[in-house]
Amino acid sequence: MALDSQKTDGFKQVGTRPDRPDGVDKVTGRARFGADMTAPGMLWGAIVRSPHAHARIVKIDTSKAEAMDGVKAVVTRADFSTSVAPARGMRGEMWNTLENVMAGETALYDGHAVAAVAATSALAARDAMKAIEVEYEVLPHVTDVDKAMAEDAPVIRADTAEASVPEGMHPNVVRYHESGHGDLGAGFAEADLVVEEHFVTEATHQGYIEPHACLATLGGDGKGELWCCTQGHWNVQKVCAALLDLETSQLRVTASEIGGGFGGKTTVFIEPVALALSRKANKPVKVVMTRSEVFRASGPTASTSMDIRIGMKKDGTITAASGVFRCQGGAFPGAPMEFTAMCAFAPYNLKNVSQIGYDVMTNRPKQAAYRAPGSPMAAFAVESVIDELCNKLDLDTIDTRLKNASKEGTQASFGPKWDRIGLVETLEAAKAHPHYSEPLKPGQGRGISCGFWFNHGGETAVSLALSEDGTAQLAVGTPDIGGSRASMAMMAAEELGIPYENVRCTVVDTASLGYNEISHGSRVTYASGLATIKAARDAVKKLCARAAAKWGIPEDAVKWEDGCAVPSGPNAGEHDPMPLAKITAKMGATGGPIVGHFEATPEGAGVSFATHIVDAEVDQETGKTSVSRYTVVQDAGKAIHPTYVEGQFQGGAAQGIGWALNEEYVYGDDGRLQNATFLDYRIPVASDLPMIDTVIVEVPNPGHPYGVRGVGETSICPPLAAIANAVSNAAGVRLTQLPMSPPRILRALGTHD
Amino acid sequence: MQYHTPATFGDAVAIASGAEGVTRFLAGGTDVLVQLRSDLVEPDNLIDIKRVPGASDITKNPDGSWTLGVAATGAEMSEHAELGRDWPGLVEAMDLIGSTQVQGRATLTGNLCNGSPAADSVPAMFAAGVTVSVTGPDGMRQVPVEQIPAGPGKTNLAKGELISAVHVPARRAGGGDAYLRFIPRTEMDIAVVGCGVNLALNGDTITEARVALGAVAPTVVMVPDAAAAIVGTTLDDAALAKLSEAAAAACNPIDDKRGTIAFRTHVAGVLARRVARIAYDRAKG
Repeated sequence: MALDSQKTDGFKQVGTRPDRPDGVDKVTGRARFGADMTAPGMLWGAIVRSPHAHARIVKIDTSKAEAMDGVKAVVTRADFSTSVAPARGMRGEMWNTLENVMAGETALYDGHAVAAVAATSALAARDAMKAIEVEYEVLPHVTDVDKAMAEDAPVIRADTAEASVPEGMHPNVVRYHESGHGDLGAGFAEADLVVEEHFVTEATHQGYIEPHACLATLGGDGKGELWCCTQGHWNVQKVCAALLDLETSQLRVTASEIGGGFGGKTTVFIEPVALALSRKANKPVKVVMTRSEVFRASGPTASTSMDIRIGMKKDGTITAASGVFRCQGGAFPGAPMEFTAMCAFAPYNLKNVSQIGYDVMTNRPKQAAYRAPGSPMAAFAVESVIDELCNKLDLDTIDTRLKNASKEGTQASFGPKWDRIGLVETLEAAKAHPHYSEPLKPGQGRGISCGFWFNHGGETAVSLALSEDGTAQLAVGTPDIGGSRASMAMMAAEELGIPYENVRCTVVDTASLGYNEISHGSRVTYASGLATIKAARDAVKKLCARAAAKWGIPEDAVKWEDGCAVPSGPNAGEHDPMPLAKITAKMGATGGPIVGHFEATPEGAGVSFATHIVDAEVDQETGKTSVSRYTVVQDAGKAIHPTYVEGQFQGGAAQGIGWALNEEYVYGDDGRLQNATFLDYRIPVASDLPMIDTVIVEVPNPGHPYGVRGVGETSICPPLAAIANAVSNAAGVRLTQLPMSPPRILRALGTHD
Repeated sequence: MQYHTPATFGDAVAIASGAEGVTRFLAGGTDVLVQLRSDLVEPDNLIDIKRVPGASDITKNPDGSWTLGVAATGAEMSEHAELGRDWPGLVEAMDLIGSTQVQGRATLTGNLCNGSPAADSVPAMFAAGVTVSVTGPDGMRQVPVEQIPAGPGKTNLAKGELISAVHVPARRAGGGDAYLRFIPRTEMDIAVVGCGVNLALNGDTITEARVALGAVAPTVVMVPDAAAAIVGTTLDDAALAKLSEAAAAACNPIDDKRGTIAFRTHVAGVLARRVARIAYDRAKG
């Protein structure tokens, strides 16, 4: 059901492209990121990390480090909560987080934290860290998802599996998902062609440019202050309080400016450690990860092993589809296999479909969310098979997708019936785009893929305070990871009828608003945006009440128009419009400060679909790929600030290009990460990317006052498949493993073994 | 750690000769400072030689040869039009290293002494027939650049010895050089294979050739068989095929995160062909 008050046109602010309010700070260096904060008497923390993929911690001797000049505190697991208990699957997530933040009895991956030290300088801390002696008993390890499921695999942690995991599976398989409908056997029997293929993707890192950093102060009285770069400071507050046995409200957390997150800053790594060091030293402690620590010990996404089977009639009708998705997410439960399974066939209206997911533990760092967690890999596998079917049956790839496309009312592959969705509109826009009809040059191949992401609502609180001069202070609790302060200010200005520049939007600390869920799930423009609109409407209601009192008429006889209170009709009497600033100038004497609020858990986040078109060239002699043209078409519901929507589209494509072509976690036989630097973890550089063209499709989300759908994550769902299809068509051979690095492409071409 | 800024190479040699523990020479610092910051090495003595007078000079000698100071940077080489006309391959190899910022610091000598088999400028120097002045406790000697690398991260320089100048031969008429590397990206990466070729022609026929490969063995290597495959030819398809085979045969690479043995060996052959064609076209003018 559409909101009664939904507005989808006639906007004054929405759809324009003003400068972002944080822009000047960022280009002049005035913006303060995680590592930019200092405090009087501050110490520097450093974390000792396991060099082994799997090892029992026999003994930690901190005496030499503690005796060093400048060393003020050393902590180990003994300095954290003992009341957080392990539990199976995701029910044990708080304990999993604690175990990841500081190892207990066993180091579970190369880079796992085992102790930490605070000293008077960064160098002293580094020297002291080296003086901490850890005795390990090395255990057998496994880092590959398929090997971790095999009978002879070392058990990473017994009794972690949820009851849903089928009997007889290896204890490393800890969670299981199964969904679908129809009769697969009958469906495949109807097909003229069935294609079945195995796919593999490697773990990739979010690659944010700012390493994790924080400044923590915690006293013996249990009162603390924490400054950190995070996508969600209320979550940091809650988790740190639990891990250190604090009262939640006694820990105030402030989110710094953030140099990228992409899901990787939705959890805690160093923050509880800095707090524990600070409590022990009774001084502020700053911890800043090195890039190597970021790669080794913060969360990459899952690696996968997948089997896809799809049957199709000669006319392009899909008769049945099934997928098995094995995801490893490191030494803890949590690989997003249910999302992988659920997103896999979401674009298609299928009579017969089945998807099965396995969450598998290995000796790797605990996975963290990465932009539509799990969905890009699923699209890679499924959309590759769709492309192969189209090639073999000589069908147009967009027409075939349109023929099978999910629409409003279609039963989704994972159960629910779709509300109003915009997949068909993205396919039609892609088909009409000049890119799709541009002839390919020799050596080039073209790839198409659709992609899907759920999007999310989540707990949200916003407050909008008016100033005497008629300007507005908007307090939100969702860290700005994509230009959201601009879009929030635009929505507030739209409702209040004042200029965009008159609204200052601030991401406030945990003491200033109710709980705000993390900036994740592409929820910010949807949920904080909805809350901003509702808070502004709340303020408007109060403004109207002041005008009504002044005019001596009932409150409901006043309405808000173009930034002024006006009588709602002829019966309300003759009164000149009363501008916002005139009401606020007197508000102290007419009832006090005017503040609008909204607190809720909105549940109408509309899903988003996209279609990408990619042209790629492959050097047949070296296996090197270049992406020559790229077009993103995505449903944004309603683009508040089109430039930042386009930025999200382009960013997803850029990260997808890296993931598809060169990014991967490379492990040695010893289970150690081989490429924990940006030199050898090859994200694309600017010159690797073509200009990424964008088309914003707007099919309004019925669950948002202006029709907004989240856009941040869907943009990374199609690229892996679209690029793989382009490369496969250019190379003349199907690529089934990511990244499609030059050695893998030459192997696929049969150039060498 | 002691930081020294000697005024002469003699002083630098004296400090290095008498130093205990780990000594590092510092010019641009694009390797040494990175190693320090990433905690790979903490030298007891860091000897900064870029303040030695003339260390940044690029000089064309009366006989047409070139002398480059040990602190002359990649950016200074790229901006030197005449050097680029004589030795485009050497200059383009140096220019491939790192970012614009790194180019403002990085030096040929540092690239050589870092001892990486993947160093971009080194195959180009090998191919060009570059020699270096080695100054040490026993005085100065001039040695071919091929004699400097000893293995990954290692050189044949003895304790107290340093490189004090780089000598590039005169470019004779009918000559040309080129360098290409294979990386999976377009820049800011390290060579998976590198290849430098320097040729001299008489008419259309190659009379002299030097071919060097990087990142396919513990050090950059000269490949005389590859040179022999094209000398006396007009770089026809048969000669290119032989060149390719000889280049591949000279490879003794490793499997690592950057590339496999099979991939490096294959691509060495491909690159040798491509680089030879560029050098040949340049030589023809």
